[in-house]
Amino acid sequence: METYSLLRHFADSWMLLALFIFFIGTWFWAFRPGSRRVHEDAANSIFRNEDAPAEDDADGSQDNNTDPEGQK
Amino acid sequence: MWDWIKIAVLGITALLAAVAANFARDLAFQVHALLVMAVAAGLFIYTVRTAGDEKPAPAGYMDGVVRAGVIATAFWGIAGFLVGTFIAFQLAFPQLNFDFLQGYGNFGRLRPLHTSAVIFAFGGNALIASSFYVVQRTSAARLWGGNTAWFVFWGYQLFIVLAATGYLMGATQSREYAEPEWYVDLWLTVVWVAYLGVFLGTIIKRKEPHIYVANWFYLSFIVTVAMLHVVNNLALPVSLTGSRSVSAMAGVQDAMTQWWYGHNAVGFFLTAGFLGMMYYFVPKQAERPVFSYKLSIIHFWALIFIYIWAGPHHLHYTALPDWASTLGMVFSIVLWMPSWGGMINGLMTLSGAWDKIRTDPIIRMMVISIGFYGMSTFEGPMMSIRAVNSLSHYTDWTIGHVHSGALGWNGMITFGALYFLTPRLWNRARLYSLSLVNWHFWLATIGIVLYAASMWVTGIMEGLMWREVDSQGFLVNSFADTVSAKFPMYVVRGLGGVLYLSGALIMCYNLWMTVRGQRQVSAAPAATPAE
Repeated sequence: METYSLLRHFADSWMLLALFIFFIGTWFWAFRPGSRRVHEDAANSIFRNEDAPAEDDADGSQDNNTDPEGQK
Repeated sequence: MWDWIKIAVLGITALLAAVAANFARDLAFQVHALLVMAVAAGLFIYTVRTAGDEKPAPAGYMDGVVRAGVIATAFWGIAGFLVGTFIAFQLAFPQLNFDFLQGYGNFGRLRPLHTSAVIFAFGGNALIASSFYVVQRTSAARLWGGNTAWFVFWGYQLFIVLAATGYLMGATQSREYAEPEWYVDLWLTVVWVAYLGVFLGTIIKRKEPHIYVANWFYLSFIVTVAMLHVVNNLALPVSLTGSRSVSAMAGVQDAMTQWWYGHNAVGFFLTAGFLGMMYYFVPKQAERPVFSYKLSIIHFWALIFIYIWAGPHHLHYTALPDWASTLGMVFSIVLWMPSWGGMINGLMTLSGAWDKIRTDPIIRMMVISIGFYGMSTFEGPMMSIRAVNSLSHYTDWTIGHVHSGALGWNGMITFGALYFLTPRLWNRARLYSLSLVNWHFWLATIGIVLYAASMWVTGIMEGLMWREVDSQGFLVNSFADTVSAKFPMYVVRGLGGVLYLSGALIMCYNLWMTVRGQRQVSAAPAATPAE
């Protein structure tokens, strides 16, 4: 099979499916149970550390350690 | 050790640039080689004189480069608006294409200078400066990479100067919004990779657990622009000592690559990057968190998943296959969803604080920019529909659409960010004058309304005149008929530009007086009671 047809078949089958699943996955990820507190904390993070970086020992934001998701 | 490497690299660069200037095949390349030689030699002498000096250990946020970025944004903004206003009057009064400037200052040479100055110089500096400010605050970490941020800043200014002077001397590869020739493209690639390094490095060493949504938008802007820039500028130089190059692609593939780049430059440079600004500066100025953080996540993924496909709508009724332009059209219309989701998210951040629109002119500026974002992202998908496009394409309607987005959305949110940043960066209690902000707001808004309205009228008129046929099937109007019919609207458009430019000049005066005219607040920053 020539390269164009091969790539074309891959693009409008498996790749399309993979991208679509990923996209729908972001919705579930955003609305996953328990995310409200994480998101509230993130939305308010702009009001911390206005003037100086967080110290190394004492973390600038509260209750990170209880973050259940352990986000990277 | 590092100083010695720098000295060696700068010395070799200056030498090679001198050789290149000697063998240059055209004026633009020669001038650019001499410019690079001068910059490299100057830095060489500076590095030799300061080699081995003790450097104070860095502490706190790295705000010097953000301050420089604010100044550069204001400077390039004025330059770009000025050139834009001038070429608007050149279209109305062709006598302004002066004989003594032929080949350098006529419309064809100045037009890419205007577009690059406002998009890449004004918008680009605003994005780089604000992204450096935002990523530090939201990561609670100093910029990664030491002076690499300064390299990004000055390297980007050099790119702008090379691009702008190149256009005037005729060095252009005639790709829309990507006119700079091959060696300028290579230089921008180096600067951009360094930019990605600084931004990503800061995110990686962050102290906050979550990457704030503004940083997601900024990061998608940096990564996607890198990809678009490299693919769109694949070209083979005719000579290593000349400014000409030949595109790696030909025919409709080349056209499709150009508009894949062109539309995503709008999508990721002028939309995603500026949405990063919106998601930080609007909540900060309103002193309340963003309306819905979940919506912002969905906004982000929907925008980047959909925007990348919209480019083919620029190539309706061309050699591009129908399925491709239909794909572009459909995705453009689907874009309504994330665009309006984002607009609602930005506007509703003010819910419960709507009185700020009355009392705070900076918030008013940000709100109108979000309003123009909603308006131009409504207009754009409509214009991408094939039937509408057959009327609007090649007319001034397109120009009006672009400017309602660029002046309204990009310009206004940038002005808002500059008003927000200047007192904080220079440690001043407040802006010099809020009533001058008010003046700026109204001058800019009326200027945009004049611009957009006149372009709607002239664009639709022109489109209808072009397609008008008599009972025998002959065209009724010659092209010159449409040109003369457009004259009054062109004058109104130029006046709109004058108003917008005067607003920006008032802003520069206001920012200048903020920095110069006030005593510094006490060095120990007290906690502000409002937060």
